[in-house]
Amino acid sequence: MVTASFDRYQRRDSIIHRLDARVKVVIAVLFIVSNVFLPDGAWLAFAIAWALVLLTVRLAQLALTSLLKRSLVALPFALAAVTIIFTHPGETLAAWRVGSWTITATEAGLVRFASIMLRSWISVQMALLLAATTPFPDLMHALRHLRVPAVLITIISFMYRYLFVVTDEAGRLLRARAARSARPAAGQGGGSLLWRARTAGNMVGQLLLRSVERSERVYNAMAARGYRGHFLTMNPHVMSARDWLACVVAVAWLVSAQMIGRL
Amino acid sequence: MYPAISPLLHVPDGFLSPAVTAITWLLAAIAVWLAAHRAQTRFRERLIPLAGIMAAFIFAAQMINFPIAGGTSGHLVGAALAAIVLGPWMGILVMTAVIALQALLFQDGGLVAMGANILIMGVVPALGGYGLYRAVINHSRRLQLATAGVAAWFSVMAAALLTALLLGFSGTFSLRIAVPAMLGVHALIGLGEALITVAALSFIMNSRPQLLQESAATGSRGWIIAGGAIVLLVIFLSPFASGLPDGLEWVAQENGFLQAAREAPYQIMPDYTIPALGDTAVSTIVAGAVGAAIAGGGAWVVARLLPRLRSRKERAGS
Repeated sequence: MVTASFDRYQRRDSIIHRLDARVKVVIAVLFIVSNVFLPDGAWLAFAIAWALVLLTVRLAQLALTSLLKRSLVALPFALAAVTIIFTHPGETLAAWRVGSWTITATEAGLVRFASIMLRSWISVQMALLLAATTPFPDLMHALRHLRVPAVLITIISFMYRYLFVVTDEAGRLLRARAARSARPAAGQGGGSLLWRARTAGNMVGQLLLRSVERSERVYNAMAARGYRGHFLTMNPHVMSARDWLACVVAVAWLVSAQMIGRL
Repeated sequence: MYPAISPLLHVPDGFLSPAVTAITWLLAAIAVWLAAHRAQTRFRERLIPLAGIMAAFIFAAQMINFPIAGGTSGHLVGAALAAIVLGPWMGILVMTAVIALQALLFQDGGLVAMGANILIMGVVPALGGYGLYRAVINHSRRLQLATAGVAAWFSVMAAALLTALLLGFSGTFSLRIAVPAMLGVHALIGLGEALITVAALSFIMNSRPQLLQESAATGSRGWIIAGGAIVLLVIFLSPFASGLPDGLEWVAQENGFLQAAREAPYQIMPDYTIPALGDTAVSTIVAGAVGAAIAGGGAWVVARLLPRLRSRKERAGS
């Protein structure tokens, strides 16, 4: 198998892992929404929000370093926001002359840039925590109980189920191409650009047809086993006292962050 | 080996303002609800396995790349291809599943920003991609392939433009920088998308033409109008959007950073203008039209060359 597993779930036996998945989804979403509403430059409020992340990491018995490493996923996007430092109106902090242009950094721009970076960075960490402490099938199940349309949930669950099957297939196509073609220089393929594009396109077409045909086989197998268009679940969700407590603590935490941020 | 494809089209959390988040979620929810409804009436019980596995396919197809030049490689976003092969509603549904899973499992794109991402990579490319293709389904194969290439290019450009606009309205980026920068980068990404889409479609036309015939006519003629509107928006909105004063710009800084952005090395046509025509809206529109013509010409050449290459190969093989 080319790809071991896509799952980011990390098995532990912690309070956070045992929480009802619905509670975790709701808290994560509220957390991110709360970040969106925090005003620029409310550093203390950002710190309080981040403290909730740290607390969750500790309670979930996860390693902070790996979380921080993964939280850089939004970095390429964030770097593009650098321009805001130079275009946001405000008091001039520094100006450089480059040839015939002057580049001016403003204080308000810097504050806005830092706030956007923090907001995004803290939010990504909470999303990471959600994925690390909740198995994906549980996550889907929770979303379904939170009234996300069943069609969508079932499609995503199916996608998750066949993700590694189809990526393995793609991996085999890529390996076959690598085996067939010599590599003149690193990163440079042989042949003309059009020829290379056509090869890649044929692989994509091949993969698409194989996927369509697989879906037909899967559907026939499902129909043979009595599938009528919807799935049944045998895992009822019950909210325990601990789940309610987690909700209350998280909401109180976010409300206080908002209040401090607006002082 | 998780593929990180065009990270600039996956908006993370924290970049969109509350108002933009709410509006994009509303629009995305309506579009996805409609798509689920329409796809369900067409595919019935087949819907779930087909959509699920096709979503996994899009994810996997994004891994397949080919070297272009100088270390860059072309790869697929896949929204236009999905909409053309599976029909527009199914295309939207499949891309929504891809976006949701990428956000939930890989934090690639935000959870709260997901509404915007569904519009950017699901709805708009399906409109632009399928809409253009729908206009030529009864014409020759060559024209179909060329149109699919142009549609794929425009679907990426429309996605890039929408991303820039949403970020501009959120006050996260300056529109004057975001629009030309995003379109400049994605003009190249779109070229890779167009080439792969044309080749993949040509492969499917040879191997399993019934698949396309089933899907092609499922959308009504209204899609042609939607597709045309997207193309016109990309060509005409770009210059005006990049010229809009967005309240965040320090206009007094005429010679400041804006000038620097214009000199970015990756822009073939600086700031989407033709230098000889000056920095006017007309100039940018001409630049957009030239870009479209180049993409169309490229797709036409590919469509012409494909059968020839293939027949040569067959001759060699026999």
